[in-house]
Amino acid sequence: MLRFIVRRMLQMLLALFALSVLLFAWLRSLPGGAVSALLGERGSPEAAAELRAQLGLDQPLPVQYWSFLERAAQGDFGISNGVYIGQPAMDVFLSRLPATVELSFFAIVIALTVAIPLGYIAARRRGSLLDTSSVISSLIGVAVPIFFLAYVLKYLFAVRWGILPPSGRQTAGIDATHITNFYVLDGILTREWDAAWDAFQHLILPAFALASIPFAVIFRITRASVLEVLEEDYVRTAAAKGLRAHTIRWRHVMRNALIPVVTMIGLQIGALLAGAVLTEKVFAFQGIGQALAIGFERRDYPVLQVLIMMAALIYIVVNLLVDIAYAIIDPRVRTR
Amino acid sequence: MTDRESASLGQRKKARIDRLAAAGRISEDEGVSLWQSAWRRLRTDPIFLVGATIVVLFVLLALVAPWIAPHDPTARLLIDQINRQANPIPDPQPGHPLGGDDAGRDMLSRLLVGSQQTLIVGVMATLFGLTGGLTLGTLAGGIGRWVDAAVMRVVDVMLSIPSLLMAFSIAAVFARPNQWTVILAIAIIQVPIFARLLRGSMLAQRHSDHVLAARALGVRPAAIVFRHMLPNAIGPVIVQATLVLAVAIIDAAALSFLGLGNPDDSVPEWGQMLGRAQQYFNTEPQLAFYPALCIIVVALGFTLMGESLREALDPKSRR
Repeated sequence: MLRFIVRRMLQMLLALFALSVLLFAWLRSLPGGAVSALLGERGSPEAAAELRAQLGLDQPLPVQYWSFLERAAQGDFGISNGVYIGQPAMDVFLSRLPATVELSFFAIVIALTVAIPLGYIAARRRGSLLDTSSVISSLIGVAVPIFFLAYVLKYLFAVRWGILPPSGRQTAGIDATHITNFYVLDGILTREWDAAWDAFQHLILPAFALASIPFAVIFRITRASVLEVLEEDYVRTAAAKGLRAHTIRWRHVMRNALIPVVTMIGLQIGALLAGAVLTEKVFAFQGIGQALAIGFERRDYPVLQVLIMMAALIYIVVNLLVDIAYAIIDPRVRTR
Repeated sequence: MTDRESASLGQRKKARIDRLAAAGRISEDEGVSLWQSAWRRLRTDPIFLVGATIVVLFVLLALVAPWIAPHDPTARLLIDQINRQANPIPDPQPGHPLGGDDAGRDMLSRLLVGSQQTLIVGVMATLFGLTGGLTLGTLAGGIGRWVDAAVMRVVDVMLSIPSLLMAFSIAAVFARPNQWTVILAIAIIQVPIFARLLRGSMLAQRHSDHVLAARALGVRPAAIVFRHMLPNAIGPVIVQATLVLAVAIIDAAALSFLGLGNPDDSVPEWGQMLGRAQQYFNTEPQLAFYPALCIIVVALGFTLMGESLREALDPKSRR
């Protein structure tokens, strides 16, 4: 087990190294070169010369790469020139991370609580109306552009019927104390229940829109996996031994069928991060996704640089953790 | 999968692709070829028939669109009716059943002709991604040894970045985006998936009897790869290509939505029409609704076709 973890850690380091090279190459290939991309429109000749010296652009490439790594290790990714003009790019990421984590968490919870039971029931009643209709709707779910779905939800529930707030994370002017910047959690911790409820209402629409991506995938993998496990000999044996249906369902079927589902959840984090860019833009939800969307629009490369880097980092680390969790659940993985 | 091959990350993403690769293996116990038996299943599969019908109609529409479009999709016929405050979008009227867009152009004509560019974006992005993936996958699976190791390292790193986010980043590199930068950004993120898929199914061929026989007969290595391994390994890649066609059309819309798409709207494309309709969504939702509906139907068509194709080519599901 320890060997497995050490090996995965080494692989992660390799991926991080490759990621830094890619990011370095990306920055060098930006329109007008790195200097004008990083300075944006504020660039005076003096500032450009200073940045050029700071980046060491007159140095050979390996030296440039090394100084890029040094600055990255110190969290110095430059100053925002589009999203939050004048703020360090790293601060933009840190101040906006909790919002996206909160949103993704709710989206995953929604997807799991609907997709897993539905996948199980669909597999047990294979070919039934429920099965067919949920398979078809999961296929349609894949075909709908997520930002369009987000707009439709916003139009119906916020604009047309006015049940839920159309945008933002919390109603402006509400009396709320922020400790962790997870607004729902803040409201609970400070016992400002109305603030927590308000933040929760703001989360519902974006979370449902974002949940559509993992929902379709998790539903289909659960269904396929349960179908496969139901045909296993040990399930038939358990039934032949006269075990109660409840015991078979949980101890034999679900326990084995959920293994591939766990593996899928880690992978979906990547899709969630990209989906958050689109969803947060629709709902003006102030997370890293919206910062990325604005960054792309205004070509704020310092902010884009840090956000892409951190998003890939989060994806890599989450997948490392899922790999380890997977090895704990399923010992067969370790020997592979 | 050996330990060395599965190095680096995204373990499960790779496992999933490898499972797809395994699905295309030839079932040797049957008298007919894989494709023949797949076709027998597909002929009666309603899901495939619905998907294929949508796809065929879409392609036909793209071919004849300029002749059946009632108006010139670039002509600002209804520009006089546009009033920035009261009526930004021309209403449906005789001769213009779906009304116009925010520049006074006929909506129906733009939708019809838009099928062309949409098809081009989807097909080109898939084709470029396929070409890159086939090249890398054939190198890795055909030659093996250190070439395999080197190619797969590159592929693994590409898989370790969330793919749509990578497409956004690639598109952002270009100062002046156009239709080709969109196609390129979408194509590049497909390369590692195709490469891994093809390599997996080619590795499965390496030790099969017919390849061993060819080798024993002294067939040249290149001929073994191209004539004996590649044709038998291509099944899962074709399935994936069908699914990618749907994804490419949706991703093009996402790029447009973020302002990373083609800014020139003289040639209509559904993703671009949808992406640019965002500013009117709360007031004039039909502007987004029509192109969105087209995208959803066509993407669904390709998805249904790809999914049923995958099931038909998977010997395991043949019970």
